[in-house]
Amino acid sequence: MTVTVNRYKCGYCGACVSVCPMAALELVETWIEINDSCDDCDTCVNICPIGAIESVKE
Amino acid sequence: MKNKYDVIVVGAGPAGSSVAKTASKAGLDVLLIEKRQEIGDPVRCAEGADKEGIKRHIKPDPRWIAAEVKGSYIFAPDGTKLQISEKLSGAEVGYVLERKIFDRALAEQAVSSGAEVIVKTSATGLIRKNKQITGIHARSIGESVDIKAKIVVGADGVESKVGRFAGINTTLAPKDIETCAQFLVSGIEVDEYSHFYLGNSIAPGGYAWVFPKGEGVANIGIGVRGSRSGKGMPVKLLSNFVKHHFPTGKIIEVVFGAVPASGPIEKTIANGLMLAGDSARQSDPLTGGGILNALDAGVMAGTVAASCIEKDDVSEKALMEYEIQWRETIGKKIRKSLVVKEKFGTLTDEQFNTLAHSIEGKCKSTMNVFDMILALFKANPRLLWEFRNLIK
Ligand SMILES: Cc1cc2nc3c(=O)[nH]c(=O)nc-3n(C[C@H](O)[C@H](O)[C@H](O)COP(=O)(O)OP(=O)(O)OC[C@H]3O[C@@H](n4cnc5c(N)ncnc54)[C@H](O)[C@@H]3O)c2cc1C
Repeated sequence: MTVTVNRYKCGYCGACVSVCPMAALELVETWIEINDSCDDCDTCVNICPIGAIESVKE
Repeated sequence: MKNKYDVIVVGAGPAGSSVAKTASKAGLDVLLIEKRQEIGDPVRCAEGADKEGIKRHIKPDPRWIAAEVKGSYIFAPDGTKLQISEKLSGAEVGYVLERKIFDRALAEQAVSSGAEVIVKTSATGLIRKNKQITGIHARSIGESVDIKAKIVVGADGVESKVGRFAGINTTLAPKDIETCAQFLVSGIEVDEYSHFYLGNSIAPGGYAWVFPKGEGVANIGIGVRGSRSGKGMPVKLLSNFVKHHFPTGKIIEVVFGAVPASGPIEKTIANGLMLAGDSARQSDPLTGGGILNALDAGVMAGTVAASCIEKDDVSEKALMEYEIQWRETIGKKIRKSLVVKEKFGTLTDEQFNTLAHSIEGKCKSTMNVFDMILALFKANPRLLWEFRNLIK
């Protein structure tokens, strides 16, 4: 389980990174990387100002 | 780049450049690293800042001053207009900056004071010896490197990782963040005032702003409290706001970002480590202003770094001097702002209107935000009872 970031929408602002309780997200210049520690809490989904993050439920 | 410095500063925003300048002026060997390939770009800011505050840190230069404003108008949900003077608390307006150029000018100041700067270089972890932080792991233009330092300063902004690497929990709860969208809009009429719009349907738990950036151009944006936002809400609300208020406007740039609005966090130091600016959550929770606090905290951190290194003690205990200094100054201000923000977050649009009516026409041109809060409290002591302790 994880989230996906639509990199064509993403404004690489880092808002999602700052709220991730698992420190699973990283802003690398112009894209977001997600590591395995994502526990699908969806906090970032609602924080992203442009709605670029989707939660992926299996 | 060498493999050892007195101080490594992570992040070349206002906080980082301020630390680097202060520490290198004091004679330290300083490395400032920035993960982006261009300092200052893309912008994540509405670019308003108090003139006098900025002048404390850098000589004004028309290259990075987009416009100067005379004061602010605040609009209640029903359109009632209040006016306040140039001096706002926190995100003081006065200058509307061109941050792409401003941030570079600050980095240049650090360089001319003797700091070394390297871009496209990201801190990816911390080096530790016993319980002391002694440097960083970094990725520099795709290559892994280790760089040692007596003190590491995390000035890595809202998305800060350095604090978390050191075991300081800087994660922001959704209620402690403002999530923002902004358009640079051209082809509109602007005056010489910054405009703020309040209202639960305009910007839940935040506000909308219009900051003039010169002839026919303005930064128009919206911040929404994270706990009240939904997927993509800021940009949707902003599109409607611009369509409604500036139907002829053309969007020539889009900006996204988030501002910490938590008030003072528990801890900003560790053995061999300090945090400054947005990474230390030092931005103003009410106004969202963080440039000046970042610059001021940078001076404090740089000064304390120099005195601790001189005494050869960079333990958490020694660095406590920084913690004390910023809490006494910035900390006190942002704690007050947090009280106001929390209260405003509970108000209905009708209550906002009532408050505005109660002081309409009574605002003096010399008022700042806290003068206005005081006037509001005097006129509405029951509604704003939580503010009684702010007034001293
Ligand atoms: C939409 C919006 C509007 C705003 N409007 C205003 C305003 O009008 N007035 C005001 O005063 N404030 C405003 N702010 C707040 C202001 O932008 C910040 O408070 C200010 O930029 C903080 O400075 P800083 O140096 O702490 O962080 P930043 O300016 O964010 O700089 C941090 C730097 O660190 C770099 N970095 C991050 N991680 C790493 C790493 N691992 N390695 C190396 N480098 C790294 C980043 O790339 C960045 O360049 C606004 C913020 C937003 C989002």
